[in-house]
Amino acid sequence: MTQTLLSMGLMAASALGVATFPRSVLIFLLFQGSLVFVYRARIPELLRWSLLVVALLVLMPVIGYFNGYYLEVATQVGIFVVLALGLNIVVGLAGLLDLGYVAFFAVGAYSWAIFGSPHANIIFGGGFPLAGGWFYPFLLVGLCTAAVTGILLGLPVLRLHGDYLAIVTLGFGEVIRVLANNLDKPINLTNGPKGITPISRPPTPLGLPYGEYFYFLVLLLVVVVVIVNRRLEDSHIGRAWEAIREDELAARAMGVPLVRMKLMAFACGASFAGVMGVLFSAKQIFINPESFTFLESIGVLAMVILGGMGSIPGAILGATVVTVLNLQVLKGFSLWLNELKNAGVTVLGYSLADLPTQFEPAKYERMVFGVILVLMMIFRPQGIFPARRRQRELTTPGG
Amino acid sequence: MPLFEARGVTKRFGGLTALHGVDFALERGIASIIGPNGAGKTTLFNVFTGLYVPDEGSVTFRGQALLGLRPDQITTLGVCRTFQNIRLFANMTAVENVLVGMNSRITLGLWDVLSHNRRFRRSESDLAARALGLLDRVGLQANANVVARNLPYGDRRRLELARALASEPALLLLDEPTAGMTQGEAGSLMRLLRGLVADLELAIILIEHNMRVVMEVSDRVTVLDHGEKIAEGSPREVQASPRVIEAYLGRRGAAPRGARGA
Repeated sequence: MTQTLLSMGLMAASALGVATFPRSVLIFLLFQGSLVFVYRARIPELLRWSLLVVALLVLMPVIGYFNGYYLEVATQVGIFVVLALGLNIVVGLAGLLDLGYVAFFAVGAYSWAIFGSPHANIIFGGGFPLAGGWFYPFLLVGLCTAAVTGILLGLPVLRLHGDYLAIVTLGFGEVIRVLANNLDKPINLTNGPKGITPISRPPTPLGLPYGEYFYFLVLLLVVVVVIVNRRLEDSHIGRAWEAIREDELAARAMGVPLVRMKLMAFACGASFAGVMGVLFSAKQIFINPESFTFLESIGVLAMVILGGMGSIPGAILGATVVTVLNLQVLKGFSLWLNELKNAGVTVLGYSLADLPTQFEPAKYERMVFGVILVLMMIFRPQGIFPARRRQRELTTPGG
Repeated sequence: MPLFEARGVTKRFGGLTALHGVDFALERGIASIIGPNGAGKTTLFNVFTGLYVPDEGSVTFRGQALLGLRPDQITTLGVCRTFQNIRLFANMTAVENVLVGMNSRITLGLWDVLSHNRRFRRSESDLAARALGLLDRVGLQANANVVARNLPYGDRRRLELARALASEPALLLLDEPTAGMTQGEAGSLMRLLRGLVADLELAIILIEHNMRVVMEVSDRVTVLDHGEKIAEGSPREVQASPRVIEAYLGRRGAAPRGARGA
């Protein structure tokens, strides 16, 4: 009962707080925390899910009305949630360490960027960009292109395990980025480092602003991807993936077709990234190879590991934590310190204005991130929400 | 035509000949393969199940050649095995381990899984019921939701047996199933195997060091030494074979009864 009141109160108070102080990062973090609290609280399932639905469908857009940046953060979180869920299939379930995952994201992004912008005219003559409505079919095109790319990557690395696989996938990720960087000659496919712009956006229904539109679209895709992920996990396919992760040789001996299942894992993981790539390019209007660096792949991997490998809630939470940490916490801390400096605050007789600029927290983003990862690996190596073995109903069979 | 037949199987690892022209055939019942450590017993299993490709020889099951097939294809045909050094899926529950064993019997496609249609739901509940039935058969039903890594040693061996049975094999290859078990546990496992042979018309090839078990349960015994078959026959015949006694006890071996203690 107390938990029920607490979860409702916390959520309402923090949402109200954000509306009152739309510039306070802390209160927005509290709102996010209240979502996690509701997810974990011991309250009736119906209440839990209605609270979460209300928070994501109603409260979040309202918050976005007061501070559009928060909606942008939420949208980015959603994009990374899908990426983390996709990588979770490959790394968490099938146990194939993939360090070049962002390549599939790039493939999806470029597939819409090329055809959804005037750039395609250079290749095909005229008739481009495609109308914004083509964006929806291209979500499927991005899915298929990325899935095929996933299979193409999978084929040569089927015999590799662990470290070797990681190195090859790392190389693959870089190859895709370098290709994007250099395929402006002899045929200008990607426009090289200059990138492609402007990329068409779909017409929004009901005259929704693009911020809200992309937020809802991402949310929808997150829901679809979570359902797909869960269904795969709870089927013979997911069990076969886990068996491969646990003991490849035994899995083969038990009748798991290794090649097919590994390729399927690569293709499934890649397809999620492909869809998100299409959405990302439309949302950003501009993409260039810089969006698809090795660090992005590592970032997504960190989300999966931080959240708990093989766990769907883990991947979601990991993606949220890492994205919010990068976009808000560290930057926010930096801003706050700057304000203190400008105000000439002194701490223990030391004027903060004398602090060298090298000490700006924003410059330590990656380091702080690294420290958090190291601490996590020491104190909670299984991740925040580790994969929980599901209980099967123990129906008594006749026999 | 025998159910399972191997002819002239030779396997070399570099300069070492692990198997040298081994012939083996099984019609029904339980056949044991025995021999000192390093005799090539497990290598023979690995050849039978497609994990190794032999340098020479042929292996047929129900008249179909197994050489060149992948391990999962061989399992689908109806030959399944357990491992000497238990190889369970350690972080999966007992029932999930058994469910993986059923993989080769599942005909659902990706669409069935994603749409959760009736075919899928019926198949999943059938599988779960069958898996629990198998766990019951080996006496593990109470531990169905225990992660395999947390099971006691003897239970892990029996879970491996249940997992292999899940693939509905016609021929089961067991690699030292009673290793590490007490004489009592080994006895009850053998009664279980006998029951399986009777109920499921299952043929079993057993690699075993526990001679009391071998002599009690086997219909036929094959003895390997240094990759060669040195004797074959009923347990009684094999026990009396001078070459077997020599392999186990050395050239100046004692009375034939000594083979039982090896």
